[in-house]
Amino acid sequence: MENEQNYSEDIKTIKKIMEESSRFLSLSGLSGLIAGIIAVVGGCIAQFVILKIGSHGISGLLSRITGEELANRKLLLSADAAAVLILALLISVYFSVRKAKIKMQKIWTPVSRRMLLNLSIPLISGAFFILVFYLDNQWQFIIPSMLVFYGLALINAGKFTYSEVFYLGIAELLTGFLSAVFQEFSIFFWIFGFGFLHIGYGLFMYRKYE
Amino acid sequence: MKSNISRLNKLFENRVRLGIMSVLSVNASYDFNNLKDVLGVTDGNLASHLKALEENNLIRVNKQFIGRKPNTSYSITENGASLFRDHIKALEELIRGQ
Repeated sequence: MENEQNYSEDIKTIKKIMEESSRFLSLSGLSGLIAGIIAVVGGCIAQFVILKIGSHGISGLLSRITGEELANRKLLLSADAAAVLILALLISVYFSVRKAKIKMQKIWTPVSRRMLLNLSIPLISGAFFILVFYLDNQWQFIIPSMLVFYGLALINAGKFTYSEVFYLGIAELLTGFLSAVFQEFSIFFWIFGFGFLHIGYGLFMYRKYE
Repeated sequence: MKSNISRLNKLFENRVRLGIMSVLSVNASYDFNNLKDVLGVTDGNLASHLKALEENNLIRVNKQFIGRKPNTSYSITENGASLFRDHIKALEELIRGQ
């Protein structure tokens, strides 16, 4: 009996060490939840305060205005998007550091570096394309690019953190495709992708792991 | 049942060695300090077990300089990977068989 216990203890230890040494496990479900709420608020500000549009979508509206008004709306939309991005980033870093501290683990390890590298390559590629579309007023491509490149980044980083991140990436990717097809509703797909998917994911992860 | 127990590798009986092999079987290489952090062991303890595994040709040592600092990293050998797989298989069969 004692031996049997030892054997299963051994297997458990092996599995735990394999996972801890190859995956970054300090991502917190709470940060997903809060980042999702911020995205919903940011997306609603874009839709109902900055654009105030009914059924023509971002590209529909922005292609009908010119000059100073266009410049103003562009500035407001980018400020809104930047605020969402920065808040969401700060929150995920804060909660990851907190979770690592509670578990007495380091945050800057070969695994976390590998995860960040794999996350940032598709993200930076996406940012480059979005900047080009933005400067060229190609509105219809911006929201799909955000969702698609973010989805690819998560799929890539999923190998080095919780495997659920991979599936979140697939969901973001599909949302991105839909936002490209149903252009009039692209902001709502954005709110769904960055907002509700994160909220759902965050709740799921929080209940499962924390 | 006896045959299964005899298939367990004596080299992996120790927890630290089991840990080292677990880390190296899922990572292409890992350096000394990070191994120490993941396994939560002291320098001396880790070093002696690494040495034993190296002498038995289960792991390989790579010494290099990162900037001016010497950096020692370890990776699993083919022999080590296959013996470790057998060990895990034997463990699983023992658990199932009892």
